[in-house]
Amino acid sequence: MSHFSFPSLLAKAMGANKGWTRQWAKPQPKSRYDVIIVGAGGHGLACAYYLAKEHGITNVAVLEKGWLGGGNTARNTTVIRSNYLYDESARLYEHALGLWEGLSREINYNLMFSQRGVLGLAHTVHDVQILKRHIHANRLNGIDSEWLTPEQAKAFCPPLNISACARYPIVGASLQRRGGVARHDGVAWGFARAASARGVHIIENCAVTAINRGAGGEVTGVETTRGTIGAQKVALSAAAGTSGLMEMAGLKIPIECFTLQALVSEPVAPVFPCVAMSNTVHAYISQSDKGELVIGAGTEQYFSYSQRGPLHSLEHTIAAVCEMFPLFTRLRMLRNWGGSVDVTPDRSPILGLTPVPGLYLNAGWGTGGFKATPGAGHLLAFTVAQNRPHTINAPFSLKRFQTGRLIDEAAAAAVAH
Amino acid sequence: MLLIDCPYCRQGRPEIEFSHAGEAHMERPADPETASDAQWEAFLFHRTNPAGIHFERWYHIHGCGCYFNAVRDTVSEKFILTYKAGEPRPAVSEIEALMVEKEPE
Ligand SMILES: Cc1cc2nc3c(=O)[nH]c(=O)nc-3n(C[C@H](O)[C@H](O)[C@H](O)COP(=O)(O)OP(=O)(O)OC[C@H]3O[C@@H](n4cnc5c(N)ncnc54)[C@H](O)[C@@H]3O)c2cc1C
Ligand SMILES: [Zn+2]
Repeated sequence: MSHFSFPSLLAKAMGANKGWTRQWAKPQPKSRYDVIIVGAGGHGLACAYYLAKEHGITNVAVLEKGWLGGGNTARNTTVIRSNYLYDESARLYEHALGLWEGLSREINYNLMFSQRGVLGLAHTVHDVQILKRHIHANRLNGIDSEWLTPEQAKAFCPPLNISACARYPIVGASLQRRGGVARHDGVAWGFARAASARGVHIIENCAVTAINRGAGGEVTGVETTRGTIGAQKVALSAAAGTSGLMEMAGLKIPIECFTLQALVSEPVAPVFPCVAMSNTVHAYISQSDKGELVIGAGTEQYFSYSQRGPLHSLEHTIAAVCEMFPLFTRLRMLRNWGGSVDVTPDRSPILGLTPVPGLYLNAGWGTGGFKATPGAGHLLAFTVAQNRPHTINAPFSLKRFQTGRLIDEAAAAAVAH
Repeated sequence: MLLIDCPYCRQGRPEIEFSHAGEAHMERPADPETASDAQWEAFLFHRTNPAGIHFERWYHIHGCGCYFNAVRDTVSEKFILTYKAGEPRPAVSEIEALMVEKEPE
């Protein structure tokens, strides 16, 4: 792997951009690995990287049924924040945010991580109460979080309409200054490159079709569309593929998949300096470095694997965006898409062991797992290497649905980014 | 937008008249006093979540106000059939026959 630096990029540019090489290898699958990770989304690739870097486990394959980073990693609106309500969630998402902060340098890949601040808009008394409760809880957990008056919110985000007669009046806002966005594809590519450089095999077009078990029920490997591959440890990090994979191991889980949609506008000059989200009217918005406004909707009401959604929910989102930011009423939208998000009953992920020895699970990140990418990968790697959960992910066990110790972020945020 | 055929109103109506009400035919433990934690977990939280044929409940909230059941493909999102609440789960053969019928020529 060649090292990226200003001189190395300049040299390539001077040489008419010839001589770029592959950023990661495309090996043939071996018959056996120490660890198999199912799903080459950001989470699976991050797990592979941290297994190699922090646990010295490099005989690892990441198996992907489609192409690397083509799942929800490629479809999300890239909001990153850690201002979650409950202590367990605060620790989990703050762990990830801490890793984001040094990541581009660490993996020598520009993730375009930009801590431009995430605003949470309040339109009603109820919004004010719930956001202030979040702010107090965040501060007790050492997470930066503050309350802004409508005027302060407008100063932070000038396109915001704070007029008292607005359809969705702004009565205040929460702000996490360390929150922001990153380039989603870059995250998948950066981790793929860094993992591959440490010897990890990333194998695309390789769907897992069965999980093989030994006499004692323990995992012995997987069947794939490219043949049988053995491993004593298999980690599932397959988002919308999870229910199907768990069923292969004879397990039912508390996950249901919904379509979540997003869209981008035509590119315009820099106009939107932060991320703004409104849970009440189901809309969130930011501007990419390319200039497109990136807008996300709420989940659809019915289960789906179609990765497509209806227009009426986008219309609802756009209507809300236009009310809050009247400046955008004449913008044209360029494209829209959907992803299938894996949602748990309490809207918190599942990250830990399973009843099957050698089978590990990272799933249920639903509408909000991009922000957790390095953290989820880091904790999954720990869990796989040590065969026990890290203290940060221990509360996010599959067992919680039996003991009743749910981490109910569902009540806290209907649009959970 | 989905067009949904309410078995009470017997006409296809737009999705926005309806509200989705989760997986159908979930059976509450017969004897709640003796049901184990695992049984409660299965009833409350475990869901089939198939990529394909799914049995689910819908609520005609802005129409007749009734709950009913539907069989829908979660990949194509096509409704295969709808039936009244309390009616038995349709047999696989019945569903397959309907799916063949609905296939475009
Ligand atoms: C429209 C939209 C907006 C979003 N916005 C945000 C946001 O602003 N902020 C945020 O934090 N999160 C957001 N999310 C959620 C976020 O995208 C996901 O939680 C996160 O990307 C999950 O990453 P992953 O690596 O676990 O999953 P994925 O990237 O989906 O990777 C899973 C991979 O597993 C593969 N796979 C599945 N089954 C198999 C199999 N049997 N064999 C082999 N491979 C298999 C899939 O092909 C896929 O590539 C959004 C999601 C959507 C759809
Ligand atoms: Zn009806």
